[in-house]
Amino acid sequence: MQWNLGKVFFGDRKVYEFNLLAETGHRRPAFINLQQYHLEHDMVARLRALQAAGASIDLRGAHRVAGVEAAGDHVALDIDTPEGPYRIEAEWLVACDGAGSPVREALGLGFAGRVFEDNFLIADVTMQAEFPTERWFWFDPPFNPGQSALLHKQPDGVWRIDLQLGRDIDREREKEPGRVRARVRQMLGPDVAFELEWVSIYTFQCRRMERFRHGRVLFAGDAAHQVSPFGARGANSGIQDTDNLAWKLAAVIAGEAPEALLDSYHAERLQAADENILASTRSTDFITPKSAMSRTFRDAVLDLSERCEFARPLVNSGRLSVPTIHDGSALNTPDGLPEGPARSRPGAPCPDAPLEPGFLLDRLGHGFVLMALGMPAPEVPGTAPLAVPAPGDEMRARYLGDAPRALYLIRPDQHVAARWADAAPATIATALSRALGATP
Amino acid sequence: MTRLSLSPGIDAPDELYADLLAAHEGLSEAESAALNARLILILANQIGSRELFRAALDAARPR
Ligand SMILES: Cc1cc2nc3c(=O)[nH]c(=O)nc-3n(C[C@H](O)[C@H](O)[C@H](O)COP(=O)(O)OP(=O)(O)OC[C@H]3O[C@@H](n4cnc5c(N)ncnc54)[C@H](O)[C@@H]3O)c2cc1C
Repeated sequence: MQWNLGKVFFGDRKVYEFNLLAETGHRRPAFINLQQYHLEHDMVARLRALQAAGASIDLRGAHRVAGVEAAGDHVALDIDTPEGPYRIEAEWLVACDGAGSPVREALGLGFAGRVFEDNFLIADVTMQAEFPTERWFWFDPPFNPGQSALLHKQPDGVWRIDLQLGRDIDREREKEPGRVRARVRQMLGPDVAFELEWVSIYTFQCRRMERFRHGRVLFAGDAAHQVSPFGARGANSGIQDTDNLAWKLAAVIAGEAPEALLDSYHAERLQAADENILASTRSTDFITPKSAMSRTFRDAVLDLSERCEFARPLVNSGRLSVPTIHDGSALNTPDGLPEGPARSRPGAPCPDAPLEPGFLLDRLGHGFVLMALGMPAPEVPGTAPLAVPAPGDEMRARYLGDAPRALYLIRPDQHVAARWADAAPATIATALSRALGATP
Repeated sequence: MTRLSLSPGIDAPDELYADLLAAHEGLSEAESAALNARLILILANQIGSRELFRAALDAARPR
């Protein structure tokens, strides 16, 4: 499900609307709304396909990690199952066991941050009426005074309603279907027929671990970091963790990179977690002001946003999550094309662009790629060449700027490791070795 | 960036000051606070530069 039009309401009036004018030349839209169960279904289907192709993956349901022992050269796990316990030893453990991570607990590791006290009610409803595919955000609406509300469409004809309830509420009472229906009716108007599909109440935290790598245990997803839901950063950043980790762990296991490469997983993903926590904390502070003066400024922004365009960029009902640019990462080679576009500098995720017969990103992601624009790709062991002799407009704008030619060394996770106006194979080999954690 | 100026720069000081007070006349404390907030945002937009705005914030801090 995609939306392009967003509307912002303040009190009883619509203050403005905006279009998510997405940049052209991307295979994927700027924003996709997909329920987690669809994602999980597709991930399991992919896993089954890999298994069928011979990958040694074992998916064990109802097996609970009950104990963890981290040694220098392995990790031992005690597993409880309905058929009884067993013990397993692993060379590496990726702990992605959620915000309450039992592995983190077992290892006695902290999870510090900020706890927010506001409660939010989620109601998924189906509607008969034609309701537009738009995102509506209300600040202080008549049907939920002093609080906020969000309405947006999900796949399968489901609308998600997210209502701020405030602090100190009676959770059980708020979840009563009659009470929820009354709230939703106030929100949609008396004439809209709807069915209540699902109701839940949540609160949230913004917090993270100090380190995402503890020897042979690597933490990923909510186990490592937790953000507020504003900006859709939770699952997104978990997937980015695995993008970052998978190729590094594979390279270490295959003996192609030193174990130290895994420290860069911690460094890079901590940078991303901090960025996500900062962005989602700012959204939270705008949506749920924590002091009288912060509410005064928030309301002033909203008030002005109706008449004064300048105030609209200050309205923060959640910023779309974008992948982190790993400036300063130890895996980067200093920029050899400093006059090139800043958005594709070393550390940046590659922007997509049309590339016959499809899109650039479809050609990246399997091993290191040496992309040559307007020049032949040199042969460098450990890299796959991708020659783009005549780059199109978008490729030019995103990778060349005014430069006539360039070389890009791109990591398996589609981040730029190095780029040059031109480079000798030995220079590229050094950059590759650096991106594998073998050369400082 | 132009630097924050703390030397006299207002062309008609007495009139400007009177305008400021007049704008607040008859407002409740909350309405005045809201007016001030809108005013600050409008002036911040006029300044534009984050650096310059921070210099102004620093100069305004209680000491
Ligand atoms: C209201 C709300 C809205 C959200 N909206 C968005 C959004 O729009 N976009 C977005 O990107 N994110 C969103 N998120 C965040 C997203 O849901 C989480 O970030 C994401 O689910 C985290 O994935 P995970 O795999 O790290 O952890 P989880 O999904 O929590 O998975 C952890 C897994 O570990 C298993 N486990 C736990 N303990 C053990 C054990 N002892 N042994 C074995 N297994 C164990 C659990 O059973 C579970 O399957 C939202 C969250 C909330 C609460």
